[in-house]
Amino acid sequence: MAAPRSIADETVPALPRGVKFREDKARGRYVLLGPERIFEADPIATEILKRIDGKTTFKAILGQLTQLFTADEATIRPDVEALLTDLSDKQMVTL
Amino acid sequence: MSDTILLDRPDRAVTPQPQPPLGLLAEVTHRCPLRCTYCSNPLQLDPKSAELDTETWKRVFSEAAELGVIHLHMSGGEPTARRDIVELTRHAAEVGLYINLITSGIGVDDAKLDALIEAGCDHIQLSMQGADEGITQRVGGYRGGYEKKRAFARAVVERGVPLTLNAVIHRMNIHQVPEMIEKAVEFGAKRLEIAHTQYYGWALKNRAQLMPVREDVDRTIEEVETARARLKGTLVIDAVFPDYYARYPKLCNGGWGTRTFSVTPSGKVLPCHAAETITHLDFWNVRDHSLAETWYDGPAFTAYRGTSWMKEPCLSCERKHVDFGGCRCQALALTGDAANTDPVCIKSPLHDSIGTMATTESAVAEPGAATYRGFRAG
Repeated sequence: MAAPRSIADETVPALPRGVKFREDKARGRYVLLGPERIFEADPIATEILKRIDGKTTFKAILGQLTQLFTADEATIRPDVEALLTDLSDKQMVTL
Repeated sequence: MSDTILLDRPDRAVTPQPQPPLGLLAEVTHRCPLRCTYCSNPLQLDPKSAELDTETWKRVFSEAAELGVIHLHMSGGEPTARRDIVELTRHAAEVGLYINLITSGIGVDDAKLDALIEAGCDHIQLSMQGADEGITQRVGGYRGGYEKKRAFARAVVERGVPLTLNAVIHRMNIHQVPEMIEKAVEFGAKRLEIAHTQYYGWALKNRAQLMPVREDVDRTIEEVETARARLKGTLVIDAVFPDYYARYPKLCNGGWGTRTFSVTPSGKVLPCHAAETITHLDFWNVRDHSLAETWYDGPAFTAYRGTSWMKEPCLSCERKHVDFGGCRCQALALTGDAANTDPVCIKSPLHDSIGTMATTESAVAEPGAATYRGFRAG
């Protein structure tokens, strides 16, 4: 995994063509899917990925997550950046 | 899935509870414009008259999604040879399957491609027989295929759908691996599979014509490694190397009845696409049983799932949970008993003879003409 990088507030994360985020009911989890690839999303990753719609800015996503987890932005921002930059390196998210 | 029913069964004590399957290889037809000598379809191909109808395939896809299948590999033969391929794709997308269309790219015009994408095709895997017209024609037995494939690849990329090229490698095209890597970049593919031939079906019949020499295999390993480093961020290259020259066997589809399964054009449910070569197994048909019943309790699935079927040297082997004794089809084809260890394994008494056979076959300068696949030649 590459070193986490910062993400600008105005960045709009999106799922590229061929990548889908969906519920995996049979196993009680959410998964991020690409060709020949399945990434299991843990509960926190699930909340992050649910908010990636190709319209919402990174800043707005952080705002929603701070409310959901009742944590301040400075605390959660590095974790969200780490997840999204890692997925970006794997071509599963565009930033 | 119904845990309680399964746990009530006494025979579950000897076989661990299997997980739901992740992938389904749907061979919707055996018809194909190409006649590749390495085709993994069985020698006895299903004729069109034996194919499942539209409604039955739709039910299969619904049951697969319900069972837990994530990826649907829509394959064949050439899947687009079915007139209802758009309808089948749409249904599979509606029930939530991730759809990977595995195609020769031949006979798929822009209108059909648009319809498939609109219906929900997520990813396209295009077969590549060679890096030019001559080799493509010689391998696939079809004139003009290379240009059609190039045009199809361009059409897919123009529409923004991710494209994987799948190149099956053997003696006739192994010298073209570097060119095929360059063509994959030129075509705009995101991924390339360099898959050395696995010897089942037509490939087993044509093994003497397909087996590459060891030096060529070693060279392609280096070529792939070099290209991977150079093309990082542009092209992902996944490689499968031939196991006849290996020390340990490959893990069959992630383990027999563990991750994936296949359904044949006529509805037989197989633990792997070559499993019909193990003729003593009883393969249930989607016409008679649900996919869930077949996956958890079908006799062909329970036969070699887990480790309880093993004999020595597998039984006491420290790798028995790593490769599960390798490939059952290969064990049967090369040793006469599907419960033997895969003979490519260094612990098999036949290991040395397999390597010798590959070396001897590949050293023959003029191995004769390969047999093109077809409905009557099997």
